[in-house]
Amino acid sequence: MYEFSYHRPASVAEAAELIANAADGKLVAGGQTLLPTMKHRLASPSDVIDLGGIAELSGIVVNGNIVTIGAMTTHAEVAASSEVREAIPALAALAGNIGDPAVRNRGTLGGSIANNDPAADYPAAVIALGATVRTNRREIAGEDFFTGMFETALEEDEIVVAVDFPRPEAASYMKFENPASRYAIVGVFVARTAAGPRAAVTGATACAHRAFRIEESLQAGFGASALDGFEAPVDKMNSDIHASAEYRAHLVKVMAQRAVAACA
Amino acid sequence: MQENGIGASVRRKEDQRFLLGKGRYTDDINVEGQTYACFVRSPHAHAEIEGIDASAATAAPGVVAVLTGDDLAADGIGPLICGVTVTSDDGQPHRAPAHPALAQGKVNYVGDHVAIVIAESLTQARDAAELVEVNYRPLPAVASTADAANDGQQQIHEEAPNNICFNWPFGDKAANDEAFAGAHKVSSIDLVNNRMVTNPMEPRAALGEYNSGTEEITLHLTTQNPHVHRLVLAAFNQLAPEHKLRVVGPDVGGGFGAKIFIYAEELVVGWACRKVNRPVKWTADRTEAFLSDAHGRDHVTRAEMALDENGKFLAMRVLTTANLGAYLSTFATMVPSYLYAFLFAGQYTTPLIYSEVKAVFTNTSPVDASRGAGRPEATYLLERLVDVCAADMGLDPAEIRRRNFIPKDAFPYQTPVVQCYDSGDYEAALDQAMELADYAGFDARAEEARGRGKLRGIGLSSYVEACGIAPSAAVGQLGGGVGLWESAQVRFNPTGNVQVFTGTHSHGQGHETTFAQLVCDQLGVPFENIEVIHGDTAKTQFGMGTYGSRSLAVGGVAIAKACDKLIAKGKKIAAHAMEAAEGDIEFAGGNYTVAGTDKAMNIAEVAFNAYVPHNYPEGVEPGFDENAFFDPMNFSFPAGTHICEVEVDPATGEVEIVDYTAVDDFGKLVNPMIVEGQVHGGIVHGIGQALLEGCHYDKDGQLVTASYMDYAMPRADNAPEFKIDYAPTDPPHNPLGVKGCGEAGAIGAPPAIINAIANAIGAKHVEMPATPETVWRACQSAN
Ligand SMILES: Cc1cc2nc3c(=O)[nH]c(=O)nc-3n(C[C@H](O)[C@H](O)[C@H](O)COP(=O)(O)OP(=O)(O)OC[C@H]3O[C@@H](n4cnc5c(N)ncnc54)[C@H](O)[C@@H]3O)c2cc1C
Repeated sequence: MYEFSYHRPASVAEAAELIANAADGKLVAGGQTLLPTMKHRLASPSDVIDLGGIAELSGIVVNGNIVTIGAMTTHAEVAASSEVREAIPALAALAGNIGDPAVRNRGTLGGSIANNDPAADYPAAVIALGATVRTNRREIAGEDFFTGMFETALEEDEIVVAVDFPRPEAASYMKFENPASRYAIVGVFVARTAAGPRAAVTGATACAHRAFRIEESLQAGFGASALDGFEAPVDKMNSDIHASAEYRAHLVKVMAQRAVAACA
Repeated sequence: MQENGIGASVRRKEDQRFLLGKGRYTDDINVEGQTYACFVRSPHAHAEIEGIDASAATAAPGVVAVLTGDDLAADGIGPLICGVTVTSDDGQPHRAPAHPALAQGKVNYVGDHVAIVIAESLTQARDAAELVEVNYRPLPAVASTADAANDGQQQIHEEAPNNICFNWPFGDKAANDEAFAGAHKVSSIDLVNNRMVTNPMEPRAALGEYNSGTEEITLHLTTQNPHVHRLVLAAFNQLAPEHKLRVVGPDVGGGFGAKIFIYAEELVVGWACRKVNRPVKWTADRTEAFLSDAHGRDHVTRAEMALDENGKFLAMRVLTTANLGAYLSTFATMVPSYLYAFLFAGQYTTPLIYSEVKAVFTNTSPVDASRGAGRPEATYLLERLVDVCAADMGLDPAEIRRRNFIPKDAFPYQTPVVQCYDSGDYEAALDQAMELADYAGFDARAEEARGRGKLRGIGLSSYVEACGIAPSAAVGQLGGGVGLWESAQVRFNPTGNVQVFTGTHSHGQGHETTFAQLVCDQLGVPFENIEVIHGDTAKTQFGMGTYGSRSLAVGGVAIAKACDKLIAKGKKIAAHAMEAAEGDIEFAGGNYTVAGTDKAMNIAEVAFNAYVPHNYPEGVEPGFDENAFFDPMNFSFPAGTHICEVEVDPATGEVEIVDYTAVDDFGKLVNPMIVEGQVHGGIVHGIGQALLEGCHYDKDGQLVTASYMDYAMPRADNAPEFKIDYAPTDPPHNPLGVKGCGEAGAIGAPPAIINAIANAIGAKHVEMPATPETVWRACQSAN
């Protein structure tokens, strides 16, 4: 790790000011991604602004059909939340299966989506559930938020404040884990909503994305067999030592069918 | 039997300090004036060094010194050695290119050591290391085991044409060929034994201190064998004379073989601490561990079996290419030769065995012993081949094994591959394992699994291994540079408690408990009054360390022999004190008694008399402290049958191990709880190799699995509840009746698991690690 200055603001406004004034500042949430990167000397921010002291960023509120989760809410908190388990059990289950207990006790929703690892779980939920990402500047539709590998719609120094998840009729997330990291080799999130079926895929491609073709197949009837004819495009898939593109494409279909079946 | 003696599952003494966080590992030790080292390592798999500019680094804040290969050579510090000679087919010893501890003009793998930067703090050392400018001229890399010796390949070492270290034919080729020509059937298999990174939990570390007053160097190291380190560093590397070098292996957090070897960092830290006249500490981070620890396995093999019409094995042929990496690690040559081919008979009566091993250099980390060392590779190919034979002959895998087992009345049994097995009852272990695993009920379970969409398979592996390493004369005949005896000292203190000094080293095995149980049992001293001391050349008399499941089978016997000497000496002292003839003195349960009387004296009182010899037999030395060395007469041969049951999800290729049975013959068990732990750990190691652990270099020689994000270690949820039992036989060569248990699981498990997967999906073979994609693809082609 290289030297840096550490700040612990008490409000979002203060955090915004600190990051704006830093030469090369970085927000830190749970630190589960940022700190290993710094330890490996792959990142050398001049200033680290810790969001951990900002009470308004944390917590879960259900308002009618909207579940709002603060950016600093940890995976463990989401997994254990009776509100989330009642309203969107698939989301609680997803959070409860991220990494290991240590990671879940530190890692946050805001950190996860801001980082946008191509194999991360939350992005699939944010897209498939039609969530809205709220920042200190604006609201961004979930499906517009993830723009590329480790890239998001966030502008420089923009801070994620919370995510609003609409309650679906039913939803399920199926993750095929990388045996080493236990991130998603492929993860498919499927939701049945009043507005129709929605689906998102993570792990398979450069960035989590809305799976329009799965949704189309499910328009005809929300059942696993509706996907019998579905084929994920092999040429768009990631290929690495853990899984070839062909295998990933196959897994997208299998995980999608299992997720749909689990919604019944 | 004493309470807490042999056979008791005594809780481990050492766990108190480990569980309280009071363990003292090398990195925990800090000394006054300590500096910190960071190694500059090659980012290239293969390159010439055109120049090193260390001026900016040397001038950086806090830097004490930047030292390179030139400095090392100028001080006459010798290259790292390989201690075992294998004779190649041209009659010459294996090719042994120099292995400098800091590069001399060339680097040969990613992570190869180029320079050491020593600074006042670790951060300063790392900052400065980034300032060392090394001018590399990259060369093409050789990364593939199978292709390393191909014509036209890039040459790595001038001394090793075609990148071949040795070609080692073994056995009667003509007789073998003839048996194959006349066989009813020939079964064959091509397989890869996947390279593994050994991954002990504690990364390697070294702390060097030089005392200019005494001219002594003290090296704290993550070592499994401190005396071997001292011997090699003194005799071959000229670090310091043996009597001026102290090596301490304090608490060590796992070794599994990877901490046997004498590594560049250890030598360089030892040398540098004298050069800068300051203590120097280095601790590997996990990436360095992946890059620079010696790796294990990495064979490409074709194996064939000639069978008669009844499924009897007539002859076997094995052709292996073994990757030794960029340089020879300390015992590298021995692993794919003597520790490998001498196990090809397995549990079977195969009369003819011929093998050829081609050992090659590549631009990858050195490869050496890793839990099992050679024996897992031998067992894997044999037990996979036997299953292929069974399929080819239409026989049940258990039945073909039975037909070929060495019968229990045939021991001692001379195999055609050097080893003479002293004891065993292979059929008993097989029967017991089949019973415990409910082999007979498998079809019903498979049927039930089919209803859930799962493919269930069952696989056997009947292994034998050679432990208790090793009879020194045999080691010498084979070209080994050392004797592999073990030594012990058992010392009573005047107050009656006992200190046991062993030359073995415990790095997780629980010796402090097991060895105390031995002494408790033999001397009748309360368990809590016995302390086992190991790991410091300044405290323990001598020793060869811990590997090859040798500690109890060799080191334990040395302790028993020292106890014998104490008992014998005590008889003289007790006879004098009780005014009886020495011949009338009996010893049992810690007490000397005069036969036929009620006169008795506890061994603690005898010890007191020996230190306060006021009324003492003439001609007997005072003191109650004995030394013993033990050189085994033969290896020991643990054996057993493991049965694995898996369920495969054909849609994804995921494998779940749903049941696992191990019935092992380890001879007598001293602490069944510790043995069970070793069995669990060994099997989990085997699960890692079979399902998860793939060490992967790309074609440019970059290690792409250099972290736990990419290298999959086994975890608790990869293993089922194990069913474990024993089928012991008594090894006549071992005075304690013990065989060794540390490696068995890692040897027995991989073939049992792969046999189960092949059985489940109806494939001839599935390569390790049997990842979901590998299995999914095998399912596709099996259908
Ligand atoms: C061993 C391990 C296993 C893991 N397994 C999984 C897994 O299975 N699935 C999975 O999805 N993830 C996994 N993760 C990632 C983990 O879940 C965290 O979500 C992730 O590391 C980021 O969250 P964090 O709170 O730690 O963010 P940090 O590391 O603190 O920050 C990450 C990035 O986000 C930025 N950031 C943080 N908060 C905000 C904010 N509010 N607004 C704007 N930018 C912000 C930071 O500046 C930084 O660039 C794993 C991590 C580890 C270490």
